[in-house]
Amino acid sequence: MRAFVVELLVYAVLVTAYFFGVLHFLGGWLMRLATEHIHTYAIVAILLIIGQAVVLEAVTTGLLRLLRGGRSE
Amino acid sequence: MFFPISHAHVSPVYLGVVGFVIGVLGGFFGVGGSFLAGPALRVVGIDWNFAVGTDLAHIVGKSVVAAKRHRALGNVDLRLGLFMAIGTIAGAEMGAQLIQVFKRAGNVNFVVSVVSIVIYLSISAFMLWESSKTLGRQKQSSARPKSTALVAKADDSAFKHVTTAIQRWRIPPMISLPASGVTISFWIILLVAFVGGLCSGFLGGGAGYIRMPSMVYVLGIPTHLAVGTDLFEIIISASYGTFTHAIKGNVDILIALVMNIGAAVGAQLGAISTQYFAGPKIRLAFVPLPVIGAGIVIYTMFSGHKL
Repeated sequence: MRAFVVELLVYAVLVTAYFFGVLHFLGGWLMRLATEHIHTYAIVAILLIIGQAVVLEAVTTGLLRLLRGGRSE
Repeated sequence: MFFPISHAHVSPVYLGVVGFVIGVLGGFFGVGGSFLAGPALRVVGIDWNFAVGTDLAHIVGKSVVAAKRHRALGNVDLRLGLFMAIGTIAGAEMGAQLIQVFKRAGNVNFVVSVVSIVIYLSISAFMLWESSKTLGRQKQSSARPKSTALVAKADDSAFKHVTTAIQRWRIPPMISLPASGVTISFWIILLVAFVGGLCSGFLGGGAGYIRMPSMVYVLGIPTHLAVGTDLFEIIISASYGTFTHAIKGNVDILIALVMNIGAAVGAQLGAISTQYFAGPKIRLAFVPLPVIGAGIVIYTMFSGHKL
């Protein structure tokens, strides 16, 4: 439980950085894509959500390993 | 925070929390959670079309995280998931066509509402009966299983005699599913997936509420594998749904990305938790979900307020 709380705190810092970094810069570009190239936007949307999920899964798994001394569960 | 694609002002913390809750449910039960996510997005003023499309995009991300975790736990039958994706996409198209038919007849809202209430309540009632009966039978037997992760995966069902009878239908081609320990006709797999897809296209969402129980009761897949495989299958079908909604301008991917941040933690938590519960207990805990779905539909029917 303690490891999970620490994980959440580390995760919160990463997420805050993510908000102000990636989303801020992506917003305008995605907006243009959604209005001008809707098919490209549809493909980019799927790639982004899958890409983010894979990265997040790797980050949370890595954090779990780190906080629990090499054990994955 | 302003989301320019859907022109909505929504707190990212709210989106993260909603994503987390739906992530836990998805990781544990193998459902998309659209019956909660849709209303949760509507409540903060996101238009209905964006709520549906964006929810599908978020389901893709959450399912990737949960399916990866379930795969690490040995709970995903890739072969079954790929076969099911074919039937699901075909069923979803048919469901969407059916919606158009009722739209032209002018009674789409009434028909969809009544059908969804009947389906939701039937699933809950059946699963309540079956899982209670199975758990009661297990309690009566003297050898009580220990609560280790491996023993927790052992599955049993009071409906097993019907499942076994269905598995005896030898309509070629027969498909061997070594990961699930089942050999079954391709057409039965396709039919189960098609019905799930039909519900998804007709009633909305990922239809995990019907696909996961069907995999357990009709195909005879162990509950843990049904949960993991359903999530894998949802990645394919929800990606297809996301694409079709995105080209209609119904997806705000920025909202989905923010929701997915909470969902990533929740989905892992839900997936890991399945290790500590036996199949019948997971099925019993699933019972309230379709009831909540039915409650939301009844509320929208009588209040006229579309959540």
